[in-house]
Amino acid sequence: MKILVPIKRVIDYNVKVRVKPDNSNVDLANVKMAINPFCEIAVEEAVRLKEAGIATEIITVSIGDKACQEQLRTALALGADRAILIDTEQQLDSLNIAKLLQKVVEEEQPQIIILGKQAIDNDNNQTGQMLAALTGFAQGTFASKVDIDGNKVNVTREVDDGLQTLALNLPAIITCDLRLNEPRYASLPSIMKAKRKPLEVKSSADYGLDLSPRTNLLSVSSPTERKAGIIVETVDELVDKLKNEAKVIS
Amino acid sequence: MSILVVAEHDNNELRADTLKTVAAAQAIGDEIHLLVAGSDCQSVAQEAAKVNGICKVLVADQAIYTHQLAENISLLVTELASDYEHILAAALTTGKNFMPRVAALLDVAQISDIIGVESADTFIRPIYAGNAIATVKSLDRKKVITVRPTGFDAVASDGAAEIVALDNNTNAGISSHVSDNLSVSERPELGSAGIIISGGRGMQNGENFALLNGIADKLGAAIGASRAAVDAGFAPNDMQVGQTGKIVAPDLYIAVGISGAIQHLAGMKDSKVIVAINKDAEAPIFQVADYGLVADLFDVLPDLEAKL
Repeated sequence: MKILVPIKRVIDYNVKVRVKPDNSNVDLANVKMAINPFCEIAVEEAVRLKEAGIATEIITVSIGDKACQEQLRTALALGADRAILIDTEQQLDSLNIAKLLQKVVEEEQPQIIILGKQAIDNDNNQTGQMLAALTGFAQGTFASKVDIDGNKVNVTREVDDGLQTLALNLPAIITCDLRLNEPRYASLPSIMKAKRKPLEVKSSADYGLDLSPRTNLLSVSSPTERKAGIIVETVDELVDKLKNEAKVIS
Repeated sequence: MSILVVAEHDNNELRADTLKTVAAAQAIGDEIHLLVAGSDCQSVAQEAAKVNGICKVLVADQAIYTHQLAENISLLVTELASDYEHILAAALTTGKNFMPRVAALLDVAQISDIIGVESADTFIRPIYAGNAIATVKSLDRKKVITVRPTGFDAVASDGAAEIVALDNNTNAGISSHVSDNLSVSERPELGSAGIIISGGRGMQNGENFALLNGIADKLGAAIGASRAAVDAGFAPNDMQVGQTGKIVAPDLYIAVGISGAIQHLAGMKDSKVIVAINKDAEAPIFQVADYGLVADLFDVLPDLEAKL
């Protein structure tokens, strides 16, 4: 069984972003970039399915500029077998990303596609579901547990009130939540080995799709900062402030 | 052209967040229809008919919609879409699940998690865990939008809309429901609670979360948790507040033993009043707290419970 894992290069989750002075976007110049944390969980899940003898090949794909090769190499070091970069300088909407991924699905015919549930830059939470719609596959979003059962996959999902388990026909799309697994660290030998694994570079133009933008980012601003308040010394003082100053308890 | 709002419900009750989604719809236009898709959901339809600003409630009451599987609901919404220019749902797990599928089937983008409406095609939404606020214009003929409930005030519920039964019965036939393992709690929901008390890694273990119970009982509060606490197994996932968990904005948020990672702040920094209790005076949570108490939570919690 082939598994496809689309991944995204994003700002490192430890870095606090700054908005550009002209409010055109956030400032990503000289900022540490990394594989989106949810995508890393997706890679790990695929590797575990391979280690369990269920998956035979893991293909990872990223869409973006040449710098994304760095994150694809990370995925290869974690255990993916080969990588595809769809090279584009354009900032693509999730729908256009999903359209390109649909083409990769047509070419590669994976049985399972595992993605992160959202990217921590735009926080859209769309691509997996959109790819499911375009391919006509079933979807198991926000997964915390994945069990392959013959020609079906049981996916336990993190929902607002707890957990929900669905059975999906294969091929299927899975998007990962945080507790699906804890990704491993790549060992030095596997990082070295990853340098020799195949990484194919294609151009987004090769796919013959209309990728014109569907949204226009008009401006980006900083949120209104909360000001730090006061430090109280005792529980009595705290209760007094909440009752008589903030008036949020009675 | 009209606006379709997809109701969030559990076949018994309309989730209060739907009233906030309707408020977002009202900021866009007037002719608003509310879709209730479920099974044995007539009580939800009755409640939906009372929501202010709704002209019509569409009810798709079919066994196939019991669990609101994305594959089936997205086909239903797509079938209805030709009558609408805007389609909205709350950015909660159900809406987040099926709405992008609707958008892709309609070949349009989705605008996720809006917290403001500038005009019928321009919306405000947080990005980068709320560390930046984007103004986005949709270039599509139809707008598929999820609404962050904390961004809007609920509309009232004293209307009387017409209820129309639909006979759509869309079955993609590729997924099925196996089981639910839902948390049962007498406490208010995190999303709608007026007061929330949350525990973090500082709670040290799951048993210690019981220290929050007495305070929550006295305040009528919901109990939340940071990602660190959930990852450590101290609390279940449905209690997680943060960028990727629940986004809350209660009148009072009490953070106990929570350091205040940006991902956690993203989920609660719109709360009206924030209290932080942490023994580390350098913890970033104090930078957003209205009232900070630098002390050992194991001393503070019993004392606080006694004094409320």
